[in-house]
Amino acid sequence: MTLFIQQLFEGLALGGVYCLAAIGLTLVFGVLRIPNLAHGALYMLGAYVTYFFLVSVGVPYVAAIGMAAVVLAVIGIALERLVFHPLRNAPHTHHMIAAVGAMFFFQSVAQAIWGADFRRMDSPITGSVTILGTQVSWQRIVIVVTAVLVLGLLTWFIKRSVHGRTIEAIEQDRTGSSLVGISPSKVSMLTFGLAAALVTIAAGLVAPINLLSPTMGDALSLKVFAIIILGGLGSLPGAIVGGFALAITEVMTSTYVSAVAGEVVAFVVIVLVLAIRPTGLFARAVQR
Amino acid sequence: MTTRLSPKLLGTLLVALALLVAPLTLGGEEYVLRVLTVGATYAIAVYGMNLILGLTGQLSLAHGGFFGIGVYVVGLLTTDYGWTFWPSLLVAVAATAVGGYVAGIVALRTREEYFAIFTMAMGFIIFLVISRWESVTHAHSGVSGVKFPEGFGVLDFSEPVVMYYLVLLFLLGAGYVTYAVRRSGIGRTLVAIRTSEDLARSIGVNVGLNKQLAFAASTTLAGLGGGLFAAVQGFVGPSAASIDLTFEMLMFILVGGLGTVMGPVVGTFVVLFLFEYFQDFEAYRFIVLGPIIVALVIFAPRGIVGYLNAFADARRSRSPGGRADATGPPTGELDPPPTTTPAGSTTETREAL
Repeated sequence: MTLFIQQLFEGLALGGVYCLAAIGLTLVFGVLRIPNLAHGALYMLGAYVTYFFLVSVGVPYVAAIGMAAVVLAVIGIALERLVFHPLRNAPHTHHMIAAVGAMFFFQSVAQAIWGADFRRMDSPITGSVTILGTQVSWQRIVIVVTAVLVLGLLTWFIKRSVHGRTIEAIEQDRTGSSLVGISPSKVSMLTFGLAAALVTIAAGLVAPINLLSPTMGDALSLKVFAIIILGGLGSLPGAIVGGFALAITEVMTSTYVSAVAGEVVAFVVIVLVLAIRPTGLFARAVQR
Repeated sequence: MTTRLSPKLLGTLLVALALLVAPLTLGGEEYVLRVLTVGATYAIAVYGMNLILGLTGQLSLAHGGFFGIGVYVVGLLTTDYGWTFWPSLLVAVAATAVGGYVAGIVALRTREEYFAIFTMAMGFIIFLVISRWESVTHAHSGVSGVKFPEGFGVLDFSEPVVMYYLVLLFLLGAGYVTYAVRRSGIGRTLVAIRTSEDLARSIGVNVGLNKQLAFAASTTLAGLGGGLFAAVQGFVGPSAASIDLTFEMLMFILVGGLGTVMGPVVGTFVVLFLFEYFQDFEAYRFIVLGPIIVALVIFAPRGIVGYLNAFADARRSRSPGGRADATGPPTGELDPPPTTTPAGSTTETREAL
């Protein structure tokens, strides 16, 4: 039972990270109708930039994540302008190929700057607390709390603020929105910036638990795709539920079955879900 | 159709000639010959990708995985199980053909982005199985001592030059298959699917079956390339099944020209040359190559061969027209339609893709 509760917290923490990463991806898909295969690379860059601010510059942890999020938002906007905007009318295979090119580029840059070796990022948040008879580290609690806070803020932003609502408007009807004066271009940039910032927060939160490496985003990329396919491409609540569901499944599988099984489970989820429902579990989110 | 030497035929012959005489001019440069041979095995697999992505317009990211299956079937059968090479290669080809067909039944139910994501997950599962299933695949220690093909008479395939020509023969086969498919009704059917699945279905094309056959053909070529790759390398590791390999092949075909007959071979050798050229930078090469991929997709999605073809077609349709003005209409009527229609239709659909 102790093990179970411990793993449950582990799963919740991981779920928070997955949610933040998945929401960016699902927003980008909703607005631009493209699966951004470079999302994992942004996550990896986010982790390294946080590392840079925290270790090399020496800013406090929270500030380091914030600054990294700003830097990544700029990179995300640049990515949208330089890569995806010129391809907005191209066939879907072209986006994905370009995203792959961008992904390789980011990985090489990270490797050139920080090297291929694994790096450790120590969090200033140490110690643990006893909940229901098990030790849970503060870092994991911070992850869950931050994730919930950020998700709350994001929901408010998208549902209530003017700029956030333009995102939803574009998702629902691109032509209609531009008719009422919403610039699809600006919204695309906003979405990309937001997605990159969110994934950076996720990376900054999880980096103290995991190790940093230029390829750390590869597996995440696919897992996040599994999540948004589970939750429906373009759906926010779907991404949140899917994120926690996948994370807990993954943690429990690797605890009670085997580590390899835990690693494979996300891909099996993709294959199974798409085999049964070729358009994802919630086809409503997909407009053709 | 006139029998005079068209620029396209000339280009094809030039490439073929270059590949044929390459080992003779190298004069014992073992390393370069090895790179060329490995490149040719990749090119065979890239021809497979061309069938599914270039002609049918479906982005399959499991291609590296099927290549890996070919590599490991040959690698494991010839070492741990003591088989000879040729039966092993046959099994590898059969396994990837059947595997591709069966996987296609499920995979091709999905469309567009979903198909890409689905096949990417499939590729990852194949990679994870190969890199983690210690007791069968030896995981990260890889497979060493893969056998060379058994020779016929005087042909001894442990000789690098002979092996090179063997791979080249298979490459020629792959190229011919692409050529034949493109000329046939099947090729036009596939291009119709690429242009619009719904439209193709509405004119009576069996979209599902055709996509499935194209997918199975593509995985078969991947398996064939992989099997030969194992024999050429002698030592293979899980990286032969990685998703990075898929992405590299994607770059080969993109540089060469999607959907063209000569694109895979030209793209593979051009990019491999660049890889070797940037070899000192090893992992950093993608700092240059990444933006190149992006720029290619944005500015030159047709690839080298695609552009050369379009250029040749433009010249061809212009020159008889010019002559027609000078000598009267009959020559103009005789020449252009049969030669420009097949090529012209593909360049048009290229743009539609």
